[in-house]
Amino acid sequence: MKVTIDGHTIDVEAGTTILQAARQIGGDLVPPAMCYHSKVDNTGGKCRVCMVKVTAGSEKDPRPMPKLVPSCVTTVQDGMVIENITNPQVLEARKNVVELLLINHPLDCPVCDQAGECKLQDLSYEHGIVDSELVEDKRVFDMVDIGDKIKLHMNRCILCYRCVYLADQLTPERVHGVMFRGDKAEISTYINKAIDNEMSGNVIDVCPVGALTDKTFRFKSRVWFLKPMNAERNCDKCCGKSTVWMFGDEIYRVTSRHTQYGEVEEFICNTCRYDKKSTSDWTITGPRDFGQASVINQNNYVQELKKVVIKADKRLL
Amino acid sequence: MGRKIILEHYDVPNLKDYNVYRSVGGYRAVEKALKSMTPDEVVQEVKRSGLRGRGGAGFPTGMKWSFIAKPEGKPRYLLCNADESEPGTFKDRYMMQYNPHFLIDGMICSAYALGCNTAYIYVRGEYKFIIKILEKAILEAKANGWLGKNILGSGYDLEIYVHTGAGAYICGEETALIESIEGKRGNPRIKPPFPAVSGLYGCPTVVNNVESLAVVAWIIQNGGDEYAKIGVGNSKGTKLISASGNIRKPGVYEIELGLSVEEFMYSDEYCGGMQHEGRDLKAVVAGGSSVPILPKELILKTASGENRLMTYESLSEGGFQTGTMLGSGGFIVYDEAACIVRNTWNFSRFYHHESCGQCSPCREGTGWLEKVLHRVEHGTGRWADIDLLVEITKKIEGNTICPFGDAASWPVASAVRHFRHEFEYHVRFPEKIKNREHFASEPMRLFINEFVK
Repeated sequence: MKVTIDGHTIDVEAGTTILQAARQIGGDLVPPAMCYHSKVDNTGGKCRVCMVKVTAGSEKDPRPMPKLVPSCVTTVQDGMVIENITNPQVLEARKNVVELLLINHPLDCPVCDQAGECKLQDLSYEHGIVDSELVEDKRVFDMVDIGDKIKLHMNRCILCYRCVYLADQLTPERVHGVMFRGDKAEISTYINKAIDNEMSGNVIDVCPVGALTDKTFRFKSRVWFLKPMNAERNCDKCCGKSTVWMFGDEIYRVTSRHTQYGEVEEFICNTCRYDKKSTSDWTITGPRDFGQASVINQNNYVQELKKVVIKADKRLL
Repeated sequence: MGRKIILEHYDVPNLKDYNVYRSVGGYRAVEKALKSMTPDEVVQEVKRSGLRGRGGAGFPTGMKWSFIAKPEGKPRYLLCNADESEPGTFKDRYMMQYNPHFLIDGMICSAYALGCNTAYIYVRGEYKFIIKILEKAILEAKANGWLGKNILGSGYDLEIYVHTGAGAYICGEETALIESIEGKRGNPRIKPPFPAVSGLYGCPTVVNNVESLAVVAWIIQNGGDEYAKIGVGNSKGTKLISASGNIRKPGVYEIELGLSVEEFMYSDEYCGGMQHEGRDLKAVVAGGSSVPILPKELILKTASGENRLMTYESLSEGGFQTGTMLGSGGFIVYDEAACIVRNTWNFSRFYHHESCGQCSPCREGTGWLEKVLHRVEHGTGRWADIDLLVEITKKIEGNTICPFGDAASWPVASAVRHFRHEFEYHVRFPEKIKNREHFASEPMRLFINEFVK
């Protein structure tokens, strides 16, 4: 099937979504995605940031689609013509959605562990507006520990449902889900039950924002001070392929490997994630590549680690 | 006197009893359909009648039925959407309360046409007493051989079940309704696939409004052509209208489509004019809270000066600039004492409360709309808030999974479009509006020249 996205034509298989086709072309024209995750079933269609304009439905029926369509769940038709970054209506809608996502978001990036690898941060940097017109108080939830290793910070959640669907996929019995309705909806466990499962740590990796964070890593370091390395170990529970985040010779945290779109390549078990934090546990195979734009690249691998000197007024320290 | 179809026998006492309903000609449609018609003929009959969905969208029912996929080895389902929760709409409740057999009658014909062996009536959670009425009617119908196995010896089986919602407005959206029946959280599904291909339990499903399904019984009995004789243009047949607000005779009325709005408003047969002497009509919401509100001059006449009729086409003439929609038929009338800002805030509060929270524009936007409207209504609004309201509605509209986002933004956008002066009044005179009855003593028309109209 031939599809044209922003003037680039590509041949894809039937059943491919617009987003997947765009990713096959690559580059700037790939719509952003917050709720869609290619490795997690049923995700997508909720956050509405990947909306694109279909200017010709197909070869047979070249009428344009009246509304913007979510590219992550819309399958392509032969001869479909799609506009993403070349269409001002799409960019306007994306800007609007980002603004709406941010109105109840605490904007606490300076103290958020996800900063530097947060999809919402990237999006608001690209599409957001500087000042919101919201003058009321934001919606506030209490922080919750779900299990001894995961912190749920509901204020930051954008309700992408990724962690819910992931639990459906990886575990036979899901113990967390979305409670309540509308802007009061929250991710919650059944009567504060802990998420206790060998693969539970993966919800941290699929969370696009800082709503679910690793308690063993909270406030340890900013991600861009760390050196992400590909590492492997023989694990009987999972694939054993991970990214270890090092500072000097010390492993600060272990995560699954992320693609350039921030999606998990293969899920890892909790033993690998939480318990194997010594370099002797892992075979380090090489540096982990991140996209050009990622702030994690700021700390390049060839530079020798030096003592960080903070220059500031003494009164401030 | 307009022709009555749904309310034809409403003055017969105890109509909800099986024997009474049978004595006024009930279940003859089922007899006719099952004994002398093929399913396709029933579909053709409904297509000929020009019946359009009575739930709000007005999609032709016959055409909807012809879209249903018919794969081998998969059951098909018919769902009756009785989750009537639109503010201002109460027609289905009235019908189910007084004539439940009429719905079952129509559902058997419809299910037969679609080849469904199981049908569900999804009743809104607040209508607890309706559930009892419906279940009793189903038992009666079953006892008399209209439901169950091998109905009338035709070899056709059908079971109808009543399923209750838990009081969520969003479960009236067809895919959310399906999720709810499946026992899940009532979140609308992403379309495609449409329910006609993959609906309840992944099987082809048709979801229809109570009124649409019930009237099928009449169409089968009297013929689609007979039904198509009533009405104007593409709006055929009769429609139940729930009239409420500042009118002398609120209630459920059956009208022939094509009746003029003015006649419906002022004739003694229907609403009977304004409730209070000396208070003029201010605005009308013609089809339930989701449709745009129209001021007096636009609801009685269209922008081009023609009489506005109670039809799908006439009410929507002028698009969203000067038109509205027939919607589900929730006809709400406001007189001069009513405050449009307060009313809009009230609607917005409803949509904020009922948003399912699945997709971001609706989840965040409805809450924001309500906050801004609350501010304006309670005297702390800023001038910029009026434009902000329009901006927020633009951010929500068209960007959501289901039509809820549109439904939440249209009333606000139209209220600002047609009653901007009232919003300005609220910002300008925060002291005056502290009195909730502010327009009762000093109607807006006294100030109108001070505002840009």
